[in-house]
Amino acid sequence: MKQKQSTMKCLALAIGMATMGAAHADLTVISFGGTNQKAQVKAFYEPFTRDTKIGIVQGEYNGEQAKIKAMVDAKNVTWDVVEVESPELARGCEEGVYEKLDYSKIGNKKDYLDSAIRECGFGFFVWSTVLAYNADNLKTAPTSWADFWDLKKFPGKRGMRKGAKFTLEFALMADGVKPADVYKVLGSKAGVERAFKKLDQIKPQIQWWEAGAQPPQLLASGDVVMSSAYNGRIAAAQQEGRNLKIVWTGNIYDVEFFALPVGVAQRDAAYKFLATVGKADHQKVYSSEIPYGPTNLKAMAQIPPAVAAELPTAPANAKTAMASNTSFWVEHGEDLEQRFNAWAAR
Amino acid sequence: MSANASSATVSGPPNTTALPLKTQLRRAERLKKLKYGALIAPLALFLLLTFLWPIGALLMRSVENPEVPEALPQTLHALAGWDRQALPGDAVFAALVADLTENKGSRTLAVAAKRLNMEEPGFRSLFMNSARKMPLEPGVAPRQALLEMDPQWGELATWQLIARNGRAYTDYFLLAALDMYRDGAGDITQADPLSSIFVDIFARTFWMSLIVTIWCLALGYPVAYLLATQSSRVSNLLMIFVLLPFWTSILVRVAAWIVLLQQGGLINMGLISLGIIDQPLQLVFNRIGVYIAMVHILLPFMILPLYSVMKGISPTYLRAAVSLGCPPFRSYWKVYFPMTVPGVAAGGLLVFIIAMGYYITPALLGSPKEQMASYFVAFYTNETTNWGMAAALSAVLLVATMILYFVYNRLVGSASSGAKPR
Repeated sequence: MKQKQSTMKCLALAIGMATMGAAHADLTVISFGGTNQKAQVKAFYEPFTRDTKIGIVQGEYNGEQAKIKAMVDAKNVTWDVVEVESPELARGCEEGVYEKLDYSKIGNKKDYLDSAIRECGFGFFVWSTVLAYNADNLKTAPTSWADFWDLKKFPGKRGMRKGAKFTLEFALMADGVKPADVYKVLGSKAGVERAFKKLDQIKPQIQWWEAGAQPPQLLASGDVVMSSAYNGRIAAAQQEGRNLKIVWTGNIYDVEFFALPVGVAQRDAAYKFLATVGKADHQKVYSSEIPYGPTNLKAMAQIPPAVAAELPTAPANAKTAMASNTSFWVEHGEDLEQRFNAWAAR
Repeated sequence: MSANASSATVSGPPNTTALPLKTQLRRAERLKKLKYGALIAPLALFLLLTFLWPIGALLMRSVENPEVPEALPQTLHALAGWDRQALPGDAVFAALVADLTENKGSRTLAVAAKRLNMEEPGFRSLFMNSARKMPLEPGVAPRQALLEMDPQWGELATWQLIARNGRAYTDYFLLAALDMYRDGAGDITQADPLSSIFVDIFARTFWMSLIVTIWCLALGYPVAYLLATQSSRVSNLLMIFVLLPFWTSILVRVAAWIVLLQQGGLINMGLISLGIIDQPLQLVFNRIGVYIAMVHILLPFMILPLYSVMKGISPTYLRAAVSLGCPPFRSYWKVYFPMTVPGVAAGGLLVFIIAMGYYITPALLGSPKEQMASYFVAFYTNETTNWGMAAALSAVLLVATMILYFVYNRLVGSASSGAKPR
């Protein structure tokens, strides 16, 4: 009798779980991987699953839009929430790849940085591309992009991201262009020539990287003496005991977004996820896991000063920084990337 | 006529059965053909569906150009018959305003703006910003309004570009894949040498494939000869070594080469500890590294066809030549080598064509100077989602390969058929 009762209980439980599973299918969230994704798991995914009982299927990609476009075109969208960089978001929004967001389901727009609120994307952290170096291999510390170009004072290879974006901006800053004027100069033909001419000076010494995890490795192994890098990745390497240093002069910052592809299967769950991501408590955890700045203004006030000093949003770090110009890259991206490819392949 | 007569004499007196027999034969023949046809039909269908159709569809993408006609139908209608010499009339401006108003904020307009922006940076914002200001206040002249929004609407080149993309098909992508473009008047022009890239890339693709093929032949020929002439026990063991890399993932092999060849890698460390070199050699992330890995990966494709041909050559030919007084090397060159030419031809073609499509090995082991055509196909497919350009590059590569194959067949095919043992 007792046994029978317990089997009945088991059965009821099983049925209950099965129906629950049907009601809450897992949410697929795609990010850029690495230490960044680990921080997201701790700050956003785990609290989300704890509060809503909805599981998260993690995935990673490198920002290629082809897959998402193909999914949307085929009306078979298997990714629910995708991490996107701002030029891709702007293009995808106009071309009908990403859904227009309903902010009433996410939170109060006033609680966030203005630049985080976009029609099709919700900005959830501020990241920066900085100059990084291995302090074990350099006797004197470089202080600017001009030093990055100084092969006499700092002999050795340099790491740069393979692509025109940011590479051209850094070249112009090294050539003496003020951060505020960089995009104005780059908008002219003469400015583009000037940037490539500057790059020619160090071309044989450049080691190109593609994934954000590469620069810390290249710096640690001594393959390069300096590199452009994402500030969060360098901070993660510092925590592992590497003597890597960041030069904040002339860093370029941008906001990173979560977006929903058009025709997203789990729309309600996706909005719940975005709401979780927007909460100050969770953003605070994220910023202490990886030093990318929060977009929630309340979170910024809660972060301890030691952590805050390492963020791109810290006043001292933002002083000589420049914002990445999304509309410039949407407009000129294809043209300049082609020119860059032709230049690099020569 | 004569066959008919002879068959009549052979088959004998009942002349009336000759005709039914013939039709019977023909029927049987047809049935046989149908049976054969039915046997290969699944394969033919499979090839058609999975090979020819996708390739055809892909090639079509390189000339398709539906974006502008879909977004600006009225403008293009108004532009019909325009001589492209002077600015179009007010009717065209009015039609454009109507099109922009209708498609404001739609995907159609964004895609068309993206398409035009490919040819002329700045067109995206010109279109999107102007569309955002639609509809016009009633009573405002469309021409005046557009010119006030952006002086670029008053430029001849703007309208030439729109008119040029008014048809559903374009040669823009194919020309761009050959570093050319059409200027305002519609004449084909060479691209700016600073942005020209693809002709060099195709030349590099062919050159690198050729070098890899030559190395594979130089290294593979002796191995195949050894395999073919040793006792089966030894040759079976050697064969396993040849085939072993086939069973390993290509990514694993490439990663293994990085470990071996890098600055602090096994080869550099070994050479330094032996005192042969003081400074580590740059063996990877350049041309040398790509060649080493590609030759290693493609060697079996050379060895196997060579081996199968050499296995069929009787050693008595060589012995006969030597016994008749021909010196060993000369007899090898004059008697043995010509008989292996079909194997050389097949192996060479196989290696060359596979090498042409290589992507992952140059991407991982090379610098930007080693990237081949497939890298740019992947670049346009994934990174910029410019699928027309990716298709055009594939089309050019395919056509170039087919031309080369044709020439090669002419040169080597006739030589190898002439050398076949009779």
